[in-house]
Amino acid sequence: MATAIIPRTTPLGGLGRTTLAFGAGLAVLVAFLAVAGFDVAAALEALWRGAFGSRYAFLSATLVRTVPLLMLGLAFALGARAGGLNIGMEGQFAAGAIAATWVGVTIGGAPPEIALPATLGAGLLAGALWMTVPVMLRARFGVTEVISTLLLNFVAEAAVSWAVSGPLQEAGRTYPQSDPIAMAARLPRLIPSERIHAGLIVAVLLALAMAILFRRTRAGFALRAAGAAPEAARIVGRVRITRVLVLALLGSGALAGLGGAIEVSGVSFALYQRLSPGYGFTAIAVALLGRLRPSAIVLAALLFGALEAGAGAMQRDAGVPAVAVMVVQAVVLLAMVLGTGKSR
Amino acid sequence: MIDGELLVAFGAATVRVATPLALAALGETVSERGGVLNLGIEGSMLAGALGAAIGAAMVGPWAGVALGAGAGMAAALVLALAAVAGRADQIISGTAVTLGTIGLTGMVAQRVFGTTGAGLDLPTLGPVAVPGLHQVPILGPVLFDQSVLTYLTIGLVPVVAWVLFRTRFGLELRACGEAPWSAAAAGVRVTLVRGAGAVIGGGLAGLGGASLVLAQVGTFTERMTAGRGFIAIAIVVLGRWHPVGALLAALLFGAATALQFLFQASGITAVPYQVLLALPYLLALAVLATAVGRARAPAALARNE
Repeated sequence: MATAIIPRTTPLGGLGRTTLAFGAGLAVLVAFLAVAGFDVAAALEALWRGAFGSRYAFLSATLVRTVPLLMLGLAFALGARAGGLNIGMEGQFAAGAIAATWVGVTIGGAPPEIALPATLGAGLLAGALWMTVPVMLRARFGVTEVISTLLLNFVAEAAVSWAVSGPLQEAGRTYPQSDPIAMAARLPRLIPSERIHAGLIVAVLLALAMAILFRRTRAGFALRAAGAAPEAARIVGRVRITRVLVLALLGSGALAGLGGAIEVSGVSFALYQRLSPGYGFTAIAVALLGRLRPSAIVLAALLFGALEAGAGAMQRDAGVPAVAVMVVQAVVLLAMVLGTGKSR
Repeated sequence: MIDGELLVAFGAATVRVATPLALAALGETVSERGGVLNLGIEGSMLAGALGAAIGAAMVGPWAGVALGAGAGMAAALVLALAAVAGRADQIISGTAVTLGTIGLTGMVAQRVFGTTGAGLDLPTLGPVAVPGLHQVPILGPVLFDQSVLTYLTIGLVPVVAWVLFRTRFGLELRACGEAPWSAAAAGVRVTLVRGAGAVIGGGLAGLGGASLVLAQVGTFTERMTAGRGFIAIAIVVLGRWHPVGALLAALLFGAATALQFLFQASGITAVPYQVLLALPYLLALAVLATAVGRARAPAALARNE
């Protein structure tokens, strides 16, 4: 199901639709803010200030939120290019965060060369592992991954809640949170006084690697063929569709899990109940705005990272609930897939 | 310890918790019979919940019911315009509708109720004992001492079944879900019929959200539906795309949720409560794995014409 969710060509061309989609999203947000009676000028001013208004806003808020959105956007694109829709990135992100925290807290005296890869690797593995359930359900029982990944989000939420009040709870046993992970398990900051960390480089390098995979390798061709025209790929190209889809979905889960690990290792340094404010869903809009292309997803992640950062400022300074920006995500999603069904 | 009284309370809680799920599942059944897999059902429920809260606060609980159904339909209309009329991918459109509804309801709720949220004191539709019947041992308090909305839900099941299987609209709707091209060739206006199915489904899901507020929680909070709409999608599969099946399957999920209350009330602490929290979702996964092979989904589900 859901083979070509993004049209190959549009009347406006790729960039036109992308610009229009994001613009429409912002316009609808402004319209709703006005209708609901919020101070639109104050809200937009706060949104801009929180995203780009200062060196701190950009380097410590916008870019910090760009990293998980980029990781998860790439994760969604990897699955979607092969014809699998991973709506459960929120869950894999949480699974990755739990595993990374567990390793990061227990690894203690190990040097960074060991502690850091172990922490990030644990997240990667946990994300893939969390994805094995939907993959098996799809391969064995024909259950669409859309519903199974979605349902597992709620299981992951419960798992985090259990972890931070049970096995991973801080030694003091006061708050539902873990102890901080070891210094050696933390990603270094790129600029000492700002919060942006080396996870950004990891994510951008992964985007580059994925662009090469899609464009230049046989595996990438098989992947895109399986997503775009499964029957033709199977018969003419002898592509093993199920195998490709399974691997792409596992890879998608692994990237999302790594995203959770990077968040723990680079930003939160501990496990909390609401580590992600819905990155797993925002990233679907990121991936679609980037038309499932790794290089464009980098830019889309930056845009939505800015929006997330601005949303925080909007709530603090203009009294507009941060969830308001989800309207932009919704409009972007709709605008990117509107009218694409005919190409099936 | 678990005694008879506690089991009766568990039964009553099961029916109470199952009501919003059953309404949403009825709605999703209608929508899917027409070939529209509506992930926006979660959004319809959430919109319905806010609509109900506003209607109840401004006018009264019945205005809340009406506004809740209307809000659910409005959310589904967006999906219908995008996914049915606009030929957009149903999964992505549904996700968009749900996300957009979270954002919108968050904004509107803050404007209408302020930031307090949890402290709303809404007029509700509490339990109404059916004269005579509620005195029947065990079954009485479980089934006949419930909110009017529960009775309405039970009453809607044969109505939805009649519409789906005994009316011209129902026939056309099912034709759109099985073979939209053939339906179109036979003169059915597929876009209109599918859209109507999705919007009616959204209205039922909106009622589900309303029942969550008016007969269960008594207040509105951001994201309060917490995935109930997605569970409804699994309920539809377990109920084999039939209204009666949806009702029975909803009761099973109601029981899985009500288990939390039972364990809490009987002081069982051996199982962490997060396991119980996750139970309905795990059950849904198990159901999908075992039921998908046996029951057949509408052939053109989630496919555009």
